[in-house]
Amino acid sequence: METCINIISTFASCMVQSGTQPGLALFLQFLVGVILVASFPLVLVIILIWGERKIAARVQDRLGPNRVGPWGLFQNIADALKLITKEDITPAGADRVIFNAAPIIAMLAVILMWAVIPFSPVNVGVDLDLGVLYIIAVGSVGTLAIMMAGWASNNKYALLGAFRVTAQLVSYEVPMVMALLVPVLLASSMSLQQISYAQLGMWFIVVAPVAAFIFYVANLAETGRAPFDLIEAESELVAGYNIEYSGMKFGLFMATEFLHAFTANLLFTVLFLGSWSGPWATEVPFLGFVWLMLKTFVVYIPSLVLRATVPRVRIDQMMAFNWKFLVPLSILNLVVMATLVKVCQVAGIAPDAASASDFAANLPQAIILLLGNVAMVLVTLQVLRNAGRRERLKMEALMADTDRDALPAPAAHS
Amino acid sequence: MATLNQWAFIGMFIAVAWLLPVAPLVISWIFRPRRANAIKLQTYECGVETVGDTWVQFKVQYYIYGLIFLVFDIEVVFLFPWALAFNQLSLFGLAAGLLFVFFLSDALLYAWRKNALEWA
Repeated sequence: METCINIISTFASCMVQSGTQPGLALFLQFLVGVILVASFPLVLVIILIWGERKIAARVQDRLGPNRVGPWGLFQNIADALKLITKEDITPAGADRVIFNAAPIIAMLAVILMWAVIPFSPVNVGVDLDLGVLYIIAVGSVGTLAIMMAGWASNNKYALLGAFRVTAQLVSYEVPMVMALLVPVLLASSMSLQQISYAQLGMWFIVVAPVAAFIFYVANLAETGRAPFDLIEAESELVAGYNIEYSGMKFGLFMATEFLHAFTANLLFTVLFLGSWSGPWATEVPFLGFVWLMLKTFVVYIPSLVLRATVPRVRIDQMMAFNWKFLVPLSILNLVVMATLVKVCQVAGIAPDAASASDFAANLPQAIILLLGNVAMVLVTLQVLRNAGRRERLKMEALMADTDRDALPAPAAHS
Repeated sequence: MATLNQWAFIGMFIAVAWLLPVAPLVISWIFRPRRANAIKLQTYECGVETVGDTWVQFKVQYYIYGLIFLVFDIEVVFLFPWALAFNQLSLFGLAAGLLFVFFLSDALLYAWRKNALEWA
């Protein structure tokens, strides 16, 4: 019988000791866990939107929200109150049921991801065996919600946005899932908590930087952030899939977008940046939570600056970048990583289960894998250079042969 | 039992989580004004009335990307058990997995050479 050490992780055993039925105690423990884990992202999103607006403002040489509360911290609460009191319009031509269900499902999909995130060595919503697969599955529901919104609006801008979602999110899912195979392979587990423990000795970003890069870029596209924000494309599609939404339903889509971006970076941290690992994390679980959040913000803030800095890519460029660069690279990455890990195991320098959390035991394998990654990057850069040169020569030959009018017309993009 | 409890937690999570986005909608439903009229309910356009049907056939390229995605996503799901059991695999197991990946990239190459990846 466990004793009452940690009030959250041993809640049920505490209640059983004080005379509650075990089944009821387990139910109550689950209920408390569910409410804690599910409501945390909603509290977080208020700070996230504030932070994003402040950073975007700084990049554009503005002040950002600074009137409501200290440093404008309560601006988003004021915005939420405003949205609540706004009239909510469902266009006459819309498919009412799907139209109204879409924002709820979009939000639900992101919140569901948080169920398996390991917050600290002991605090996790549920340590699912299939954590990685669950994340992928739930993430696709978000895509579905955006498609539902775009289709049900019965608006041409919204429908174009929905088409782009289909193409973009579906395409970038392929390299993302291929990159996800690498942490699973290294940790021999699909549970996010086990992957966190496997990184106690060595973070996976050191061992597999190419996989981390692919995952980061694919995540930027999956969350529809610049430079991949063709889903919304304010200047072309006005607002994209959420153009017909008003009031709180629009607010839900906005909150979902910010929360999804943060959740993607949180996943990146869990899978590649050692999750909650850090000094004294295993002794003081709360410290693990602090490390996790700190690391997440370290990768989240550059993504905000990126969003405020770079222009949007064209859809044909975006698809070519995915299918002709990211997907082949992720396949190559998987082959190289699998082969090198197997070589390490056969040669006997791979850390076994007992020494997995020991830095020194991980070092030989890590060096070999890192060198493999560096070689992979060099080869990729050379291939890209050659391809670029071929493309340029082709264009130059074309320019020399004919006058400018005979150039192929720029690809139409819809 | 432990696995079943894990999925019970997910089930409860779904049951509670959908209440979170619904709650602000309900609060908004109580407070918001209701002054709809026919013009307000029209489909948004850039200043003119919307012309023609919206739910029409769309560019076939989206469909082709969908097909290629389907091939990859299903095959990647087969690769997850392989990656999961990787430590116990023999060299033959590694070779078998790599052969599978080879056929996967072969399919990509085929689509590439057939110009299925061009946005045209």
